[in-house]
Amino acid sequence: MSNHVFRPLIVVIGIVALILVARYFYVPKDFGTYERGYMYSWHRKGDEEFWRNFKIKYQGKEYCKDCHADKYASINKSPHRIINCENCHGPAIDHPSDTRPKLAIDKSREQCYRCHVKLAYPTSDRVKIKGFTDPEKHNPKMECVVCHNPHSPKLGGA
Amino acid sequence: MISRRKFLKYSLIGAAGMAVPAGMTIVQGGTPEEARNKGLRWVFLVDTHKCVGCGLCVKACKQENEIPYDANVSRTWVERYVLTKDGEIHADSPKAARDGFISPDIDEGHGHKKVIKPEDISKAFFVPKLCNQCENPPCVQVCPVGATYQAKDGVVLVDRTWCIGCGYCIMACPYGVRFFHPVYHTAEKCNFCYHRISAGMKPACVEACPFGARRIGNILDPNDPVTQVIENDRVAVLKEEYGTKPQVYYIGLSKEVK
Amino acid sequence: MVHGEIWTIKELFTYPNEYIYWSVQIVMYPFMTGLVAGAFVLSSLYHVFGIKELKDIARFALVFSFALLFAAPMPIVLHLQWPFRGINVMMTPHFTSAIAAFGIVFFTYGAIVASELWFLYRKHFVVKALALREMQDKTMPQWAEYLLYCTLTLGSYDVSEESIHRDEKAIKVLAGVGIPVACFLHGYAGFIFGSVKANALWMTPLMPVIFIMSAVVSGIALCMLTYILVMEYRKYMIKRARKPWQMSLEEVKGAELHVVKMTSKYLVLFLVLAITLELLDLIFRGYTAVKSWDVLRSVIYDRDFYDIFIMQYGIGNLIPLLLFLLPGLTIRRTVLGVLLVLFGVFMMRWNVVIGGQAFSLTFAGFMHYHLPIVPHDWETFKEGLGGALSIFVMPFVLFYFISKVFPVFGEAKQGH
Repeated sequence: MSNHVFRPLIVVIGIVALILVARYFYVPKDFGTYERGYMYSWHRKGDEEFWRNFKIKYQGKEYCKDCHADKYASINKSPHRIINCENCHGPAIDHPSDTRPKLAIDKSREQCYRCHVKLAYPTSDRVKIKGFTDPEKHNPKMECVVCHNPHSPKLGGA
Repeated sequence: MISRRKFLKYSLIGAAGMAVPAGMTIVQGGTPEEARNKGLRWVFLVDTHKCVGCGLCVKACKQENEIPYDANVSRTWVERYVLTKDGEIHADSPKAARDGFISPDIDEGHGHKKVIKPEDISKAFFVPKLCNQCENPPCVQVCPVGATYQAKDGVVLVDRTWCIGCGYCIMACPYGVRFFHPVYHTAEKCNFCYHRISAGMKPACVEACPFGARRIGNILDPNDPVTQVIENDRVAVLKEEYGTKPQVYYIGLSKEVK
Repeated sequence: MVHGEIWTIKELFTYPNEYIYWSVQIVMYPFMTGLVAGAFVLSSLYHVFGIKELKDIARFALVFSFALLFAAPMPIVLHLQWPFRGINVMMTPHFTSAIAAFGIVFFTYGAIVASELWFLYRKHFVVKALALREMQDKTMPQWAEYLLYCTLTLGSYDVSEESIHRDEKAIKVLAGVGIPVACFLHGYAGFIFGSVKANALWMTPLMPVIFIMSAVVSGIALCMLTYILVMEYRKYMIKRARKPWQMSLEEVKGAELHVVKMTSKYLVLFLVLAITLELLDLIFRGYTAVKSWDVLRSVIYDRDFYDIFIMQYGIGNLIPLLLFLLPGLTIRRTVLGVLLVLFGVFMMRWNVVIGGQAFSLTFAGFMHYHLPIVPHDWETFKEGLGGALSIFVMPFVLFYFISKVFPVFGEAKQGH
């Protein structure tokens, strides 16, 4: 009683087998369940390595200290000591190098506006920062740094 | 008509077949304790009193993590809340505060600006936001292919080679921290600068903040100053009701924060 | 522009990364899978429950369901940022995600429909294969046809009474098993939305059930529509033909009214169920008025009032209900009714998917979606009107070709 009724089932099983074979070649070997279990860490383990090796751009304030000791010292005497060098000078990455001999400085008015536009916000430390209510009225079209040295911003001496 | 016996037989086979994938959903994975034998679980601390809305964190994040500067997405952003004496709450985050808040007018979308007189303000403050690296991340739960996952130390990462770009994780995040990377077209979000913290450095936003409003620490280290603030001071988290167990803690969080 | 930015207009306070990421293709996907499930259920009503009046439309519905099955994943393929990585869902499925069920459910459902079609058409394949075998001097296309039909028989040439009887039993089993699978096929689509706790509009346990009910409605409606159109077209062609046809005009009556009347009873039943559940969800939300209610009320009763109450409930539900319930149902009134029902089901999917993204996660802002009509690049085509229309037309085109191998009328009398 050769029952032909199961033939479609055999075709289906064949297709499933093909998919499983394809899967063996397609899925990376380190794909699986890890420390946080199936729900939260079903992944390709090698990806963690990718993110750990992602290129670091910002090197931090201490990176600049050795070569630029004078600038480092001058800003440390001013209220701007709290600002990281790279916030205005851009990320150091591998500076100094052939590809990056100098860093481009952001000297725009908008950079200073970030803090020095007056916002009368009673419950925020913003209110403690000196600023202009209407900065466009104060020497417009001129860069702030023409008169105010960011490393010692107080006019008339450090 | 199908016989009763056949119906039962096939139903049982069907149910047994369903049990396998169903069983996998119940397995939640190892307990947090077991997974942390290395003693490291990253947490973040934001002090909303100290944040002045300068946006230097957003600028640094974009450059450190290669998010195109002009794209209207960001791994982190700062929100401004201005409450007026009539009880109205005004909030905005122009270009994710990439350029800071350089106008007292509230940005209401496509050119509309709400002018607020300083004398009408009852309270106003800034709230930086970033991925909460939740203990129960709903975004990881809904990823259909295992492209996003949580590492042992709590950070949630995205595999750019595996993400199919369905966007389910973006829809599942209650905090709106996820987006599609404009160049790689995969899901993207803050990962606490995993490459920096794994090398003993601080995240770019933490380094950039001149006012110390952002801090990162290890909740499993009792001597960590961040841990000490979280354990001993009054702190809050965002949208606790979703059960995600977010790991970014806020000092000075107010009821108006969305 | 980032993905979603071009068709999203943001208002008031929204998070910077929020855009309408799930656009018209995500509306099309549940719409298409709903048609698939509904067509199959209709076919099974005859095979499992033996409702004789549905015999003609049952075979038609099954073949159409198969055509729809190939069109249904297309919205996803067009939506994915990495369409070729779509197979990752089958390669490394993460079953904690509803979308991961896609691979297994679609494949199982496809296997059931394909198998059922095989049993239904096996005798036809055998007859065709044997006829072509007899033929001397076959041309190239005829050779291809011969090989095709030989393969389709799967080597089983026995067409005795007993064999055919076993085929019929297999069909009954598959049709019976297929109903819960078809329900699962669309239920899981509803679960995709209903389980997203981050979305205040989507999050409800009713979502899978609402989706299933309206899926069955849409499937039945589409089958009725295509059935009527095809039968009337055949009648028209016979009238025009100069050559004699196999059947006389009396035998070909066009769309049969008693078939249509019977089917429309089931349509009305599922329509009422779908409306009841949706209204229940709406009333519940208003009554419990949780945190999200303020912004949801603003979206449902204010911004999207027209889309929800006029287009979906009014034109898409209430008017067809009246059309079907009023006495003296005609073929013409049925055509109007099913067209409106299909429109209503589409609007339901639209209001859920787009409506769910109409408000911000902040509950203090809104996002407006404007469908890209005139495309100016691949993205605005595939996720715009062009893409949606292509998907909608696709099953009809596929049906035309598939019905050449699986003929729906005339020659392929199967006797069951």
